[in-house]
Amino acid sequence: MAIDQQSAPPSPGPTLAHRRVQRMLATVGGFAITLLLTFLGLLAITFFIGRVIPIDPVLAVVGDRATQAQYDAARIAMGLDLPLWQQFISYVGKVFSGDLGMSVSTGRPVIEDLSRFFPATFEMATLGILIGCVIGIPLGVTAAARQGSWIDQIIRVVGLLGYSVPAFWLGLVGLALFYARLRWVGGPGRLDIFYDGLVSPVTGMILIDSLLQGEIDIFWNAVSHIILPAAVLGFFSLAYIARMTRSFMLDQLSQEFVTTARVKGVPERVVIWRHAFNPIRVPLITVVGLSYAGLLEGSVMIETVFSWPGIGNYLTTALLNADMNAVLGSTLVIGAVFIVINKVSDVLYRVLDPRAR
Amino acid sequence: MTAPLLTVENLRVSFPTHSGRVEVVKGLSFTLGRERLGIVGESGSGKSMTGRSILKLIRKPGLVTADKLNFEGIDILDQNEKQMRAIRGARISMVMQDPKFSLNPVMTVGEQIAEALVTHQKLPRRDVQARIIEMLHAVRINDPERVARLYPHEVSGGMGQRIMIAMMLIPEPELLIADEPTSALDVSVQAQVLDIIDELVRNKGMGLILISHDLNLVSRYCDRILVMNAGHVVEECAAGQLANAQHPYTRGLLAAMPVINETRDELPVLDRTQWAGT
Repeated sequence: MAIDQQSAPPSPGPTLAHRRVQRMLATVGGFAITLLLTFLGLLAITFFIGRVIPIDPVLAVVGDRATQAQYDAARIAMGLDLPLWQQFISYVGKVFSGDLGMSVSTGRPVIEDLSRFFPATFEMATLGILIGCVIGIPLGVTAAARQGSWIDQIIRVVGLLGYSVPAFWLGLVGLALFYARLRWVGGPGRLDIFYDGLVSPVTGMILIDSLLQGEIDIFWNAVSHIILPAAVLGFFSLAYIARMTRSFMLDQLSQEFVTTARVKGVPERVVIWRHAFNPIRVPLITVVGLSYAGLLEGSVMIETVFSWPGIGNYLTTALLNADMNAVLGSTLVIGAVFIVINKVSDVLYRVLDPRAR
Repeated sequence: MTAPLLTVENLRVSFPTHSGRVEVVKGLSFTLGRERLGIVGESGSGKSMTGRSILKLIRKPGLVTADKLNFEGIDILDQNEKQMRAIRGARISMVMQDPKFSLNPVMTVGEQIAEALVTHQKLPRRDVQARIIEMLHAVRINDPERVARLYPHEVSGGMGQRIMIAMMLIPEPELLIADEPTSALDVSVQAQVLDIIDELVRNKGMGLILISHDLNLVSRYCDRILVMNAGHVVEECAAGQLANAQHPYTRGLLAAMPVINETRDELPVLDRTQWAGT
């Protein structure tokens, strides 16, 4: 690609810079279109799933003691008497104007609920994946570089624990030890009770909101509350990320170009990080992206144990109450998260791997 | 011949298997001056392992022993990793077999060549750039500024191998080991690549160990030839004397080569019973 571009004779008409801008716009435009189409597909799937599951949304609204006349009135009010395609179009129109309907169980608009619950999950998941990457990747690299050593064995044990220990158990033990006994961390919830409601939500993430409003005390209190659940989440992604990093690295370290680097007399640290690690960044992005998306779905177990008002909890409650608007809204948010993470991964591939450009 | 650059005496390389250690090089000895030595042998004869043990690149659990492995007065086996890094690239270098696998896919050609140089010499960036361009010129790359910005997947095999040579020769080593440098290339570019190696090695007065399985090629580009079989040297002779080789293995190999305009109906096959047990 690069060859044709540079060896092509300078043609009259648009200049090189001009063409570059055009190409960039085309890329961004194509990107927006695929994003939009994927999102529409997602809407269609959530909508039709919502219509085929054997839950009667009208019944959830009117209750089971309503008369037939009340039931029919509610059904017409909800637009459920219209043909499916008209319902879908009005649904899409509403979604794009930010209206996801009312939640039956909380009595508030779903969009409002989501803007409260999702940031809580987002905050915890982001911290969790950061912990997973910052510890997991170096651990995996070290394990591969020193295959068979004690550190390699430790990582195997950690990986095994990450797969086999139940999350709620680890959360409870963590609370019993670090909160109840050692008093190192805050307990369940996002803040101590006397700090609750003092920062007005801007982003919905307390760590950021408290800093924005200069409430340092609240910030540290929020840190002490989030650190344990985030660490538990981080542990599970760490175990997975470390294992994958190790196996990617072992594969690279046996490649010929790694031997080439050694022949050149390059220090081992550079051999490992520049020559073996750089090529595995692309598969690692996939692994980290999927783990992150998994965390963003919200872990019901962890959120329950830590009384965390996250989207996992919200979605489960909504499901149990046949609160279809809330379920569809949450599903939509989670789907959108997957779309965005996939798109970001795609862009990063192209940045990091010259062969993918 | 000048004082030897490299002295190898009773070199042995072995690897553990479930049925005990297996020796892949069994007591190899030779000396090398600033000359071109060819090591020929079939697959598994230990020729590549010989090259790698000179650079101390045999990783555990492989084991290298020798009565003497001496490079310019330095006992290679006595050097620790740090001392070896100062020798690798800077004083002894190696061109590997297939540029598709031996060049780093996510670094540009220029970055990889620069790395070989700046690992051993601290130079201002502009000088590094100039040296890279000059070196790429030396391996007959016409448009070095452009090629330096390319990634390995954007160059052909022959060009990749010339880049490899540039990378390995830029720190100006005294000994170059070329481990099957043309086996992965088309016949049409093999001679071109070997001519470049030959020219640079002669100009700089370096020593060359050319490892190959191609008897003809080695006899054309080398002064002296070692023929290896199953970890032993079975024949050592000047390149011109190959026709007078004594060992049945070498004679067998030579006899199996077809010659243009010959009238043989059938090419002979190696009869390994003749030297089994050596």
